[in-house]
Amino acid sequence: MSRLLARKRSAGRSERCCSSSSSWPPGKLTLLCDAKTDGSFLVHHFLSFYLKADYKVCFVALIQSFSHYNIVGQKLGVSLTAARERGQLVFLEGLKSAVDIFFRPQEEPHPLQFLREANTRNLQPLYEFVREALKPTDEEEAACRCPVLLVDDLSVLLSLGLGAVAVLDFIHYCRATVCWERKGNIVALVHDSGDAEDEENDILLNGLSHQSHLILRAEGLATGFCKDVHGQLKILWRGPSQPTAPRDRSLTYQYKIQDKSVSFFAKGMSPAVL
Amino acid sequence: MAAAATCGTGTGSTGSVVAAASKNNVTSFQRRGPRVSGTDSGCSRLLSIAGTRPSVRNGQLLVSTGLPALDQLLGGGLAVGTVLLIEEDKYNIYSPLLFKYFLAEGIVSGHTLLVASAKEDPADILQELPAPLLDDNCKKDFDEDVCNHETPESNIKMKIAWRYQLLPKMEAGPVSSSRFGHYYDVSKRIPQELIEASKWHGFFLPEKISSTLNVESCSLTHGYLKLLQFIQNIIYEEGFDGSNPQKKQKNILRIGIQSLGSPLWGDDICCTENSDNSHGLTKFLFVLRGLLRASLSACIITMPTHLIQNKAIIARVRNLSDIVVGLESFIGSEKETNPLYKDFHGLIHIRQIPRLNNLICDVSDVKDLAFKLKRKLFTIERLHLPPDLSDTVSRSSKQDLAESAKLLGPGCGMMAGGKKHLDF
Repeated sequence: MSRLLARKRSAGRSERCCSSSSSWPPGKLTLLCDAKTDGSFLVHHFLSFYLKADYKVCFVALIQSFSHYNIVGQKLGVSLTAARERGQLVFLEGLKSAVDIFFRPQEEPHPLQFLREANTRNLQPLYEFVREALKPTDEEEAACRCPVLLVDDLSVLLSLGLGAVAVLDFIHYCRATVCWERKGNIVALVHDSGDAEDEENDILLNGLSHQSHLILRAEGLATGFCKDVHGQLKILWRGPSQPTAPRDRSLTYQYKIQDKSVSFFAKGMSPAVL
Repeated sequence: MAAAATCGTGTGSTGSVVAAASKNNVTSFQRRGPRVSGTDSGCSRLLSIAGTRPSVRNGQLLVSTGLPALDQLLGGGLAVGTVLLIEEDKYNIYSPLLFKYFLAEGIVSGHTLLVASAKEDPADILQELPAPLLDDNCKKDFDEDVCNHETPESNIKMKIAWRYQLLPKMEAGPVSSSRFGHYYDVSKRIPQELIEASKWHGFFLPEKISSTLNVESCSLTHGYLKLLQFIQNIIYEEGFDGSNPQKKQKNILRIGIQSLGSPLWGDDICCTENSDNSHGLTKFLFVLRGLLRASLSACIITMPTHLIQNKAIIARVRNLSDIVVGLESFIGSEKETNPLYKDFHGLIHIRQIPRLNNLICDVSDVKDLAFKLKRKLFTIERLHLPPDLSDTVSRSSKQDLAESAKLLGPGCGMMAGGKKHLDF
């Protein structure tokens, strides 16, 4: 039993260290991907992780409301309200903005202005918003170290009428600004449509997989639902080699989501089997 | 005759048990009300709305779908502020029932209704709602219905296989005292006075479409835009959004949208695979979701997903809904004659359960569910194989059953199809 716990812990650490600033240099793009399961637990993990580590976070939340992220954040030990008040977190709530844009027209352009426009070409307003949000100021430089852009999730943008190329362009611009200029990180979630033959989504997923440095892919079990194993997480390191981490190494862990945490274990080592 | 006799005694015994229980525990029944409101004094504002209850898991306010068995599968009910998407069965026979149950539950609970349709006049839809089985006559009706269709084995204590008594039942009898979730008799219409007492708004697309099509530079289909404006107007004017302090008692708005995405809504996703306007439906859902999240409302949408040509749109629509329930009726399919399914009228697939305020979601352990439309009740049950009653089963029929059980495979697995592959 203790051996199992140790293994679990090491697996948990391996997931953690990929995002900790000590072993994971700044300027990286992390792609979160979920296929036949819900990968939102990864978003919650990264959100609470970066807030705890005192990063300056810009969170573009398109799929859920602020209160949802806040309550889950509290379970993971961070308060989004407090972070937002002290300026560490800039939160763009897509659902609320959509209603505002549709029913209360404003003069100044909104980051999600494309919702109202018939022929959407690009995400420039959203990019401007991210750039403004993560703009360094002198006093903040001391308090918050690196900027982070978190997007949940990019597939929604496709549903809202944007092309895959426009979303890829947006990420490219953000990489140029956040990753290279400001030495920050980008974390974005994309759904894998699987057998739904969603061409646009496939273009987006492949394009992002090509440029990202780390891919975390949550998959449902191929054999179906299981009470004790919720799915498996594939960790794929890409990009320039690091002296410490082995290059192009792919790891697979199975996981079970619990109330306040996620436990990882090696394949076939779930408590249900042992 | 013997069966009828046992049936009669069965109901009699439950009746007497209930009577005895109520006699013994009069005080506890009376104490319950104040105690509940006392412990939840923090939520008393929420509790004051009839027909709702807070979720045990995430504290969200829940409303009933009008089908207690479905509520149980969805983790207690439909959370306020979320969208329940019903994927219609092929001939659209059973999905209107779920739609009507949802609306009838709203009328019985005193909620405000908003009915939107492109096909039928909402007033007509309301006339056809099923009658609630309330208090006294419900018990009798329910028992009668059960007796007609099943042996009353639930009332007999098992001597063999007693372990099965501990299994939770998917379908429990109507509890007259519960205010959350009622049972409905589909063979009767809802009493006229209930409809008259209720408050409802109808959105009938042909009436709302004006001849002056001032098409704005917005990629939404005209019908969707009108509906969104209508819903927003109701929510704003009647104060269902929490931002405007409501003068009177807080209430829930139940929104029902029938056959969204069908060609009648002016959407062409059912006609062509690559339509120019393929984002209209998903955009509508996104804005609707935004409206719901900021207000005291719950929404049910039925959608003919089998008509949508582009599979990608279905996947996107599912991602933008909170709960997705698919109905698959056996009518017209080869499963209709399959002995495996002879007890049921179709399969029900719970495709998506939301993760609200939580890392995990309430997934029920049972994945193989089937539904059956009895004379009065629509029931959801765990799918089971019929008992093998013949003395000598011919080998061929056994193989048939095995084959069809394999066919069932993809339906059982929630995550993926059943490949010959072991994960652990």
